Amino acid sequence: MNDAANHESLPGLKAEARNLNFFYDKFHALKNINMPVYEKKVTALIGPSGCGKSTYLRCFNRMHDLYPGNRYEGAIEFHPDRTNLLSPKVDPIEVRMRISMVFQKPNPFPKSIFENVAYGLRVRGERTRSVIEDKVEMALRGAALWDEVKDRLKEQGANLSGGQQQRLCIARALASDPELMLFDEPTSALDPIATASIEELVSELKEKVTVLIVTHNMQQAARISDFTAYMYLGEMVEFGVTDQIFIKPQKKQTEDYITGRFG
Amino acid sequence: MNQQELQALRTLIAAHKRKDFLFGILGIFALMIGVLTFLSLFANMAIEGLGRIDADFLTSFPSRRAANAGILSAWVGSTLVMLVTAFAAVPIGVASGIYLEEYAPKNWMTDIIEINISNLAGVPSIIYGLLALGLFVYTFGLGQSILSAGLTLALLILPVVIVATREAIRSIPQIIREGAYACGATTWQVVRDHIVPYSSAGILTGIIIGMARAIGETAPIITIGALTFIAFLPPAPFAGDPPAGMFDWLFAPFTVMPIQMFNWTSRPEAAFATNAAAAGFILVLMTLAMNGLAIWLRYRLRKNINW
Ligand SMILES: Nc1ncnc2c1ncn2[C@@H]1O[C@H](COP(=O)(O)OP(=O)(O)OP(=O)(O)O)[C@@H](O)[C@H]1O
Ligand SMILES: [Mg+2]
Repeated sequence: MNDAANHESLPGLKAEARNLNFFYDKFHALKNINMPVYEKKVTALIGPSGCGKSTYLRCFNRMHDLYPGNRYEGAIEFHPDRTNLLSPKVDPIEVRMRISMVFQKPNPFPKSIFENVAYGLRVRGERTRSVIEDKVEMALRGAALWDEVKDRLKEQGANLSGGQQQRLCIARALASDPELMLFDEPTSALDPIATASIEELVSELKEKVTVLIVTHNMQQAARISDFTAYMYLGEMVEFGVTDQIFIKPQKKQTEDYITGRFG
Repeated sequence: MNQQELQALRTLIAAHKRKDFLFGILGIFALMIGVLTFLSLFANMAIEGLGRIDADFLTSFPSRRAANAGILSAWVGSTLVMLVTAFAAVPIGVASGIYLEEYAPKNWMTDIIEINISNLAGVPSIIYGLLALGLFVYTFGLGQSILSAGLTLALLILPVVIVATREAIRSIPQIIREGAYACGATTWQVVRDHIVPYSSAGILTGIIIGMARAIGETAPIITIGALTFIAFLPPAPFAGDPPAGMFDWLFAPFTVMPIQMFNWTSRPEAAFATNAAAAGFILVLMTLAMNGLAIWLRYRLRKNINW
């Protein structure tokens, strides 16, 4: 971690977890996590099943607030304004308006393709038809879906293929100009071709937005991310530049996981 | 596997299949008991009463002479009471269901409320009648009116509406909710834009099934004092001299279909039994029409919703 942090040409910070602890009731799911998230870069979270990747990701948009008994400790500082995303004084709605999320399983709303993408704008009270139309088109282009759906915007989102549905969800998450996008294993329900197109998309996204992505797939992390964090049993074992993590990890544990000896 | 083993296996499968077949027959038989009973009752009523149904029967008031008697005041009364029931039960029931599912903290208080609601659904309807007699008729001074009757039946079907609302809401996958919240929606926005539209088919079905039950209720309506013989209609808004008020009809005395039937069946003359059968036929048609509407609405509204 320090290697990366001390490096000269490091990009700006977008967010930073500081002594983050998380509890599902009494279960201590995240233990003292410290990690930077660099601006306009892709950061991958890897680790064996149940290590807390999703739990960690869902702290960033306060998803855990939806369920009783969950508790955060510590901070996730969000730059440039240094807002602590986890502070009880910060409204989770505000957090979710700045940070959007794409889920493991495509979850389009049972509405038209257009309305799916427009939803984030509607939530923000946008009423001007032309503004909504422009943003929807931009988001669908950004999600590499426009050409496939431009003639069927009124159709149900569920009529699309799995890969298209996931890109629709990416468009939905993109439409409201988020500062940070969270992806929780966005390709785990997709076939290899759809996966490749999502991967390409994520790599392109970082021109505009910071990305934090959970993945089970080591090759995927290596292909698309700039930074990688390896987690194990709720702890952040190692964080660093992706190439470094994959070529010469500092910790034996990380190496074992990456080389497939474990996990 | 040699021939002998294969033969034994086939014998075993054949034995299992016989049981399959037997249960199939048994199931059909059990089903037929219900279906045939209903059909024969319905057919019996139709044979007896169908000849009696004509325009006069629908547009005449009850009369001492069976041949002149009609169900005008009864079906108008039933319709108006149902209107009040719907206006009272739907907003209260749906709002309660939404609150319990989307807003209420999950704690012991909510659990107790939940258990109470399920229990309410099992309370005999005459108890609601007694409660309403004390509460609506006397305490609130609403009188033995359409309003009292509508509110009573609203209470009666409230648990059905609440339970139907909750079940419809529960069938919405959590990941859809999370998707909406992740867009920055507030609970109210999630309810308005997602929960209500996606559960409306189930909610409507529940409402209509509740109403279909309410339209046949007799005991609570008698308890609060519906008339058994009534030869005038509630005042239409702004009609008559002096003109009736917009809502005067709510406070009018009334009767309903099942009470009209009950009244006729208790007469000794055979002609009145025919009248009762005819009225019963129409009441069943009303109920079936409501259930048909529920099925159609469910089909229409669910067409676009698949997870
Ligand atoms: N709602 C919950 N209540 C209690 N414990 C939970 C809950 N959700 C997750 N956990 C526990 O927290 C730990 C971390 O779970 P999490 O879902 O974050 O793992 P993950 O790294 O995303 O795993 P996967 O790769 O399988 O998705 C696990 O031990 C899990 O059992
Ligand atoms: Mg996970």
